[in-house]
Amino acid sequence: MKTSAPLSFRKITRALILAILGGLVLVWASPFLWMAVASFRPGGFGGLNMASLMPDFEPTMENFDYALEDGDFPLWYMNSIILVSGTLVVQLVTISLAGYAFARLQFRGKEFFFYMFLLQLMLVPPILIVPNLTTLVQLGMYDTLVGVMAPYWGSAFGTFMMRQVFRTIPKDFEEAAIIDGCSWWQVLWHVLLPLAKPGLIAFSIVSVVYHWNEFLWPLMVISDPSKQVLTVGLVSFALGAEGASDWGLIAAGTLLVAAPLFIVFVMFQRQFVNSFMFSGVK
Amino acid sequence: MADAQNILAKSRKLPVNQLTLQAPSRRRGRAGIWLPYLLLLPSLVFLTLFTYWPFLQAIISSLSTRRRVHDVGEFAGLENYRRIFSDTEFTTAALNNVLYAIGTTGPSIALALVLALSLRNSSRLNSLLRSVFFFPTLIPLVAASAVFIFVFMPDIGLLDYYLAKLGVSSRNWLGNPNTALASLIVLTIWKNAGYYMLFFLAGLQGISQDAEEAAIIEGANRWQVLRYVTLPLLGPTIAFVVVIALIASITQVDHVIVMTQGGPNNSTSLLLQYIFRQAHENYDLGKATAATVVTLAVLLCISVLSMRTMERNVHYEN
Repeated sequence: MKTSAPLSFRKITRALILAILGGLVLVWASPFLWMAVASFRPGGFGGLNMASLMPDFEPTMENFDYALEDGDFPLWYMNSIILVSGTLVVQLVTISLAGYAFARLQFRGKEFFFYMFLLQLMLVPPILIVPNLTTLVQLGMYDTLVGVMAPYWGSAFGTFMMRQVFRTIPKDFEEAAIIDGCSWWQVLWHVLLPLAKPGLIAFSIVSVVYHWNEFLWPLMVISDPSKQVLTVGLVSFALGAEGASDWGLIAAGTLLVAAPLFIVFVMFQRQFVNSFMFSGVK
Repeated sequence: MADAQNILAKSRKLPVNQLTLQAPSRRRGRAGIWLPYLLLLPSLVFLTLFTYWPFLQAIISSLSTRRRVHDVGEFAGLENYRRIFSDTEFTTAALNNVLYAIGTTGPSIALALVLALSLRNSSRLNSLLRSVFFFPTLIPLVAASAVFIFVFMPDIGLLDYYLAKLGVSSRNWLGNPNTALASLIVLTIWKNAGYYMLFFLAGLQGISQDAEEAAIIEGANRWQVLRYVTLPLLGPTIAFVVVIALIASITQVDHVIVMTQGGPNNSTSLLLQYIFRQAHENYDLGKATAATVVTLAVLLCISVLSMRTMERNVHYEN
């Protein structure tokens, strides 16, 4: 048994850790708190206490009203929803097929193809924006949402994830199905994919968050305002409001962009956290 | 495509015993030989169009006099590389990127590790706190930028407003070349530390508690357990997070484009933002693609080095 001296030392370190942790939580949360407070603050124009985190006012919706008037939020929402769902649907098909091939089939050149896929994890799409834009122009997909989606339709990350998930499923199930006369696609559709649901959900969450938040690539591809997505819209909107120093308006606009993922996150917190963790365990 | 469907239709009609009883390459008959390739085909089409081809195209363009998409261009040798390496904007961007990579990777990983270790046990409070740190991961980098433009505003901004209460005088964080890059680093740490924390939490879950308990029984104190047991066991996770943090420091530049456009005085320009500016604003494909190839070479080096270390650390299956 130790004496009481190290025990109190432990107590002090414990208190210290808690204090540091508390400070960090405050620092981490303050930008969000500010966003929430400022967006409901009336008379948004500047003011010396604009940064105050105290909600010492009658909350008002006028910033949101102005934001919806100034920005094309419904249109941007729709385009972003089209973008993330169009990206995801094709991804789910391609990664399931390729993941199945890598997990279950033996074929010549398997290792070669494995490394070819692996190459995409290194030649990450964001760096290839310039040559990819050239390709889009040549394919006639410049200034289309399909052009924004297409580079992500083949996903090495998703393929390896599905391969990993399929490998954890015991082969007994499919062997039984094959004996019953099922073809490979029936096995995949009726046996493997239902069992791989956690993997599919995890990939979907990571993909949706990534593409909902993406900015640089849609900025380069889309020039038609009617096809603009939420992130690009927010920036043009925020830069306009910044010129007018209307911080309440910026806070409201930012909240509108971040809100959907927040709401979904709060609803499916555990699932979200697991998905992001899962995405790292390749 | 008609061919493909034909082949698939044939493979479906094969007798069951042929499907199950023989060696894989033979059991599916002639049509089955093509099945794996057909399954890979959709992915390979997109990978070819948007990964392999642009990679080659970047190399080709970087060796050409072509400046715009529709130019023909002639072979230029290493002229474009000479141009970027003698362009101080490029060398500054590269140097900034090194500083930015070190400034974001080290602190955010250290912080993530501390957070994961402190919030390791799952309790209601801890899971709430984890969410607070994870929240920044969920919002778009441009949304974070919009908020942080205000955070860093001189005088009225969130940072100056509360620093003033502590008696610290105001500063033009983003407008001063000495503090602008550091400000962007702070934003990045705020944005990513919670994401990396998740990997460490997952890593900690994977560690069997036996080793730690054994060390405690042997009389090790908490720091010794951390230093000699927990951290070495987390080695592969740390290596992995270092790699994704380094890659993020090269591939994520939205905040630079929104908040500073590389200024003031090029103090916040980064590689990808330089590439973007050459292509999108200066319409100089030669410089843009040469810089792309250089950046890709750096990324490849990071990946190869990381695979080496990870292969040494973890059992590699396949």
